[in-house]
Amino acid sequence: MSSVPSGYAITKQHRGRERAGDRLKARIFQGLMLFSLAIGIITLAVLLIQVLAKGWPRLNLELLTNFPSRRPARAGAQSAIFGTIWLMGIVMATAIPLGFGAAIYLEEYADPKRWYNRLIELNIQNLAAVPSIVYGILGLAFLARGPINLGRTLLAGGLTLTLLVLPIVIISGREAIRAVPNSIRQAAFALGATKWQTVSRQVLPAAIPGMATGTILGLSRAIGETAPLILLGALTFITFNPDGLTSQFTALPIQIFNWISRPQAEFKDLAAAAIVVLLVVLLAMNSVAIWLRNRYYRRPW
Amino acid sequence: MQAAPSRAIPRAPDRPLGVARPRWGERAIVASLFLCGLLSVVTTLAIVLSLLQPVLDFFAKVSIGDFFGGRDWAPLFNPPSFGVQPLLLGTLTTTLWALVICIPFGLGSAIYLSEYATPRVRNTLKPILEILAGIPTVVYGFFALTLVSPLLHDIWFFSAKKPDIFNALAAGLVMGIMILPTVASLSEDAMSAVPQGLRAGAFALGGTKLQVSTRVVVPAAISGIIASFVLAISRAVGETMIMLIAAGNNPNFTLDPREGVQTMTAFIGATGIGDVPQGTIGYLTIFAVGATLFAITLVINLIAIRLVRRFREVYE
Repeated sequence: MSSVPSGYAITKQHRGRERAGDRLKARIFQGLMLFSLAIGIITLAVLLIQVLAKGWPRLNLELLTNFPSRRPARAGAQSAIFGTIWLMGIVMATAIPLGFGAAIYLEEYADPKRWYNRLIELNIQNLAAVPSIVYGILGLAFLARGPINLGRTLLAGGLTLTLLVLPIVIISGREAIRAVPNSIRQAAFALGATKWQTVSRQVLPAAIPGMATGTILGLSRAIGETAPLILLGALTFITFNPDGLTSQFTALPIQIFNWISRPQAEFKDLAAAAIVVLLVVLLAMNSVAIWLRNRYYRRPW
Repeated sequence: MQAAPSRAIPRAPDRPLGVARPRWGERAIVASLFLCGLLSVVTTLAIVLSLLQPVLDFFAKVSIGDFFGGRDWAPLFNPPSFGVQPLLLGTLTTTLWALVICIPFGLGSAIYLSEYATPRVRNTLKPILEILAGIPTVVYGFFALTLVSPLLHDIWFFSAKKPDIFNALAAGLVMGIMILPTVASLSEDAMSAVPQGLRAGAFALGGTKLQVSTRVVVPAAISGIIASFVLAISRAVGETMIMLIAAGNNPNFTLDPREGVQTMTAFIGATGIGDVPQGTIGYLTIFAVGATLFAITLVINLIAIRLVRRFREVYE
């Protein structure tokens, strides 16, 4: 089984001639598969065109500079945009050290035979698939109220989002660390480096581009997350920019949801315009991630 | 007693080779890294703990039989009624409609990308599908409500009664599109991990491309493919925003896709919007429904993790 190299392409000349009936079946099957792919891609195109067409008339600077208003003609999303920037700052400041720390521990130090390490690993895999609204309940009961009692503040919202994206940051960080070849570690040890010297000066610099890619993906998840913030009371009508970690807040996806749920059609157009802003930010983040991946991640060792 | 007389060479100090002296700085670093890892366990514990007390308070007021056995969900009405079955059924129907989209089309996309596409086509199409996975769910909700639902209403020819503006079908179908990339990319990973030798062997026996793809590669990758389906179910059960925006928030015990329903997630979201006072029965229902949701997704996730491990063990 292993005698065929995995990169070996089986092309047409390796295969026998197909009968006419088989050819017809193959055509139909291939058509069905292309149709499946088309479903996803066409929906994406329709979604983007619809949002852009609906939001186009409202896509101007006032959307970015005005505050929310009960009158759709004057409403904007400034406080929501600032709220989102604050949230991203909190998530970056907490998820990067915690996520990278956990990834380094699991890849470089943890003995997978120990039950507690296996427990941590299973836990992270499960947490990656826990519904986001459950994190909202956690944030509400544990961070905003309950033992930590931060109130319905930016800090509570940001930390909830951190917990939500940590599994993504950890899992992608581990993959990046795993991709660093062992010979680099052995060379460092042979030169007398300690474990931490090896990890911090050899392994991490080599893994950073991959870890950064995963972090950006985690952040782009956090930036579009709505459900947990609803539970943290971010839907309140906020006409001021946050001025600190303990400030009340709203965020861009929350503002979009608020506008969608209003009956007037003008607010739906406003929502579409805000969606365009959100998607542009996301697209920019993802482009950076893809660029990083192509530039550094697949380098030949 | 320790130094046996037969040994001429002095005994080395009782430490493993290579460690000259204990390095406390290194140990402190390992300990702090371990704490970062432990945070995940703490998070899970915090989820369970934050659910536990309110759930116990809730079931002190409402019997478990009334909660799971009842078909009438009106917790904020007077008199209230706490039968959770409409929410469970709402979650089930929307999930089924999502699976109708994401399983066949996700698997079709995966087979094409893994078995038929040239590397260039694959490298162009896969990122496009990944964009689909990165779109925020609130955007999908907007899409379901403002485009798919009116469209379904206009082209509906199956029955005289047309779908409502808020209906389970539109929300479920759009959710299927949202999950499609998850199914496609996980299944594609599983199929790409199937050794090339299996394909070569099947071709050598005279198999056509179609036969090799469907009768060799898909069965060989089946546990990974099933894992992608299971994860898709988990995503669908836990999706909130599409359901909150487009499914109607109407706790309706029905299988009719034309009518509005309320899912567990949408109930939690809708109740959470209006700052419910702490300690009231309305506040406690958030946790009772949340705990039910968490328990359901936990079971589904553990099954998926198991399946993924199995296919990793076989081929990697």
